[in-house]
Amino acid sequence: MSKLRLIIQREFIAKVRNKSFIMMTFLSPLLMVGMGALVYFLMQKNDEKVKNIVYVDNSGLFSEDDFKNTKTIHYKDFTALGVTETKKKVEDGDYYGALLIPKQDSLEILATSIEFYSKESPGMSVMSSLENKIESKIRNEKLTNFGFDLSKIKASKIKTEIKMFNFSGEQSSKLINGLKIGVGAIAGYLLMMFVMIYGTSVMRSVIEEKTSRIIEIIVSSVKPFQLMLGKILGNASAGLLQFFIWGAILLLVTTVASSFFGVDVVEMQSAKIPTDQLETVKQATEGNKGQLLVLEILKLPILKIFVLFVFYFLGGFMLYSSLFAAIGAAVDNETDTQQFMFPIIAPLILGVYVGFATVINDPHGSIAVLFSHIPFTSPIVMLMRVPFGVSWYELVISMALLLVTFVFMVWFAAKIYRIGILMYGKKPTYKDLWKWLKFKG
Amino acid sequence: MNNLLEIKNVTKKYGDFTALNNVSLNIPKGSVYGLLGPNGAGKTSLIRIINQITMPDTGSVFLDGEVLAPHHIEQIGYLPEERGLYKSMKVGEQALYLAQLKGLSKSEAKKRLKYWFEKFDIAAWWDKKIEELSKGMAQKVQFIVTVMHNPKLLIFDEPFSGFDPINAQLIAKEILQLREQGATIIFSTHRMESVEEMCDEIALIDKSNKILDGKLDDIKRQFKTHTFQVGLHTKNQTEVLSNLKENFEVQPANFKLLNDSLTLNVKLTAGNSANDLLSFLTSNGEVQHFVELIPSANDIFIQAIQKNS
Repeated sequence: MSKLRLIIQREFIAKVRNKSFIMMTFLSPLLMVGMGALVYFLMQKNDEKVKNIVYVDNSGLFSEDDFKNTKTIHYKDFTALGVTETKKKVEDGDYYGALLIPKQDSLEILATSIEFYSKESPGMSVMSSLENKIESKIRNEKLTNFGFDLSKIKASKIKTEIKMFNFSGEQSSKLINGLKIGVGAIAGYLLMMFVMIYGTSVMRSVIEEKTSRIIEIIVSSVKPFQLMLGKILGNASAGLLQFFIWGAILLLVTTVASSFFGVDVVEMQSAKIPTDQLETVKQATEGNKGQLLVLEILKLPILKIFVLFVFYFLGGFMLYSSLFAAIGAAVDNETDTQQFMFPIIAPLILGVYVGFATVINDPHGSIAVLFSHIPFTSPIVMLMRVPFGVSWYELVISMALLLVTFVFMVWFAAKIYRIGILMYGKKPTYKDLWKWLKFKG
Repeated sequence: MNNLLEIKNVTKKYGDFTALNNVSLNIPKGSVYGLLGPNGAGKTSLIRIINQITMPDTGSVFLDGEVLAPHHIEQIGYLPEERGLYKSMKVGEQALYLAQLKGLSKSEAKKRLKYWFEKFDIAAWWDKKIEELSKGMAQKVQFIVTVMHNPKLLIFDEPFSGFDPINAQLIAKEILQLREQGATIIFSTHRMESVEEMCDEIALIDKSNKILDGKLDDIKRQFKTHTFQVGLHTKNQTEVLSNLKENFEVQPANFKLLNDSLTLNVKLTAGNSANDLLSFLTSNGEVQHFVELIPSANDIFIQAIQKNS
């Protein structure tokens, strides 16, 4: 047991001391925030350029009120200039585009005969904004023709919002539904990335021991199984450390953010203020979107998600990294790993895809439920479902299945591992691996 | 109990391939035991079984009278032929780690490492990474790691590879000194001159079978051909030669003497003794050279393998 501890310690330290670990831990949250900010900034910049659009209205239907300037599009009436001149002006590059509205007898024909000329093909947002304008104008025109009173129709418009409840007394809103999808998706995706990154790290470490030939010295002191387990647990601890550091950073950021918006995070989480009270807080601060968001986030079962993430990470990691270790043992160098990597990565990717495709639509649908029980995908899919509330017995079954499978997988991988680490030369085939399974100690 | 290690009828198969076929060996306490054989003969398989890296399919191994068990790992030191260390780990940390894996406490390991590092004059390397060291330097660290837990049984597989002659001699001296201190040494090598220098007993393994074992002297006796190198100063060489050929088997010699003596390899035939040959020679001239040809470990190795194939 003390030898296992020594191995875990060494693997942990070797991993944590690595420059890339330190970089990834502290730089990637910065990088992520930075990237987000950059994308936001670029999007702003991209739209900021004002597009000047001119129009020639020969139908006489539209007025200047219909073409009000927006932040990004400015309109100009060129009806007086005529179609040919206007088109020429656009072609010379003085304006972004020309909207040509011909004179037609019926509104139906008009609706399909309007043309837009521009030097570069216009973006989707520009086109849909133009189409919306014309559509609503023509619709209003028709409604008036049918004898409806437009002002009454306007007055009849109403906005509905259904409040969603479940029986544990939580009230949810559309906002929180979106949040749940977001939190689940991030957790599931993060888990996949963790398993991949730390799994390959286990594999690399095995290959390193093999190519540096220290392996024979180590296995003359400890059992190969101990070495493999120590390696897996050492890397898992490094992964958890990284996760906890990120968690701490996130907590710090939310605390700062919430104190900025005036919500006491710690009190909210620990005191579990009843929902109706929350509601009054919410009402009192109506209109403050930032605070609302923080309030909604706090209503998520954050602690539960956190604990389950740790469990599913450990379970999923043990499951996959033992396979990664077996691959590392079977080959002599990293280039030979490709062929064996695919069958391992495939279910991970499948988990993410199935999660994104089904959980978002229906978190308790049959496919989502099935995949959250299959041990190879359950860590990812279940994590995506958890924010929507999963019954405890489903969690127990899924966790138990994962537990049993990873114990079996570690045993299975160890059989390949103990033979593989001492084999050099030809890259083994699947048939060879099958043979190794049957070798005696 | 005179044998530190007893290997009884060990067989090991990998699938259809038999690595060891019913091999038995007795390795006496305090000896340097040469484990010899061509490449792929099964030596490494046997060494791995002794180290409990793999288990024999059948047969058993006893260390100091006890059936080999996991706790014996701490009493064995193993320097594999293909060796290496963690490249990016510091020398001192690495040695400490490996020592602790062999069951030493951290403080004890530190103490012993200090002793050995000073003895080999490499204390300055403690904080260097292995990748910064030359091959020979890394080998020294490797040697220390193998012996520092004072094992009863030391297994060296090609211990001199990677060492220059000076360091090879240093290591050879250390190995013999460890034997003086009571360790038993299994020594596997292809360098027959070092077998000659160091081994008390040898075993020869070929094609998964043990084909020869015992004391090196006994084996030499067994392999000697009763042939003598003879140098005789005489005036009538042709007459002496034909007389000699009547009683003995005479072969051309490939050694040289300083004057133009008659040089021959003479093999005793049945009913002749060395004294008969000597008295014949003294009565026919002046004997300048008379040495029995003793087979070298190299000769024995080649002969035995050829006979087996």
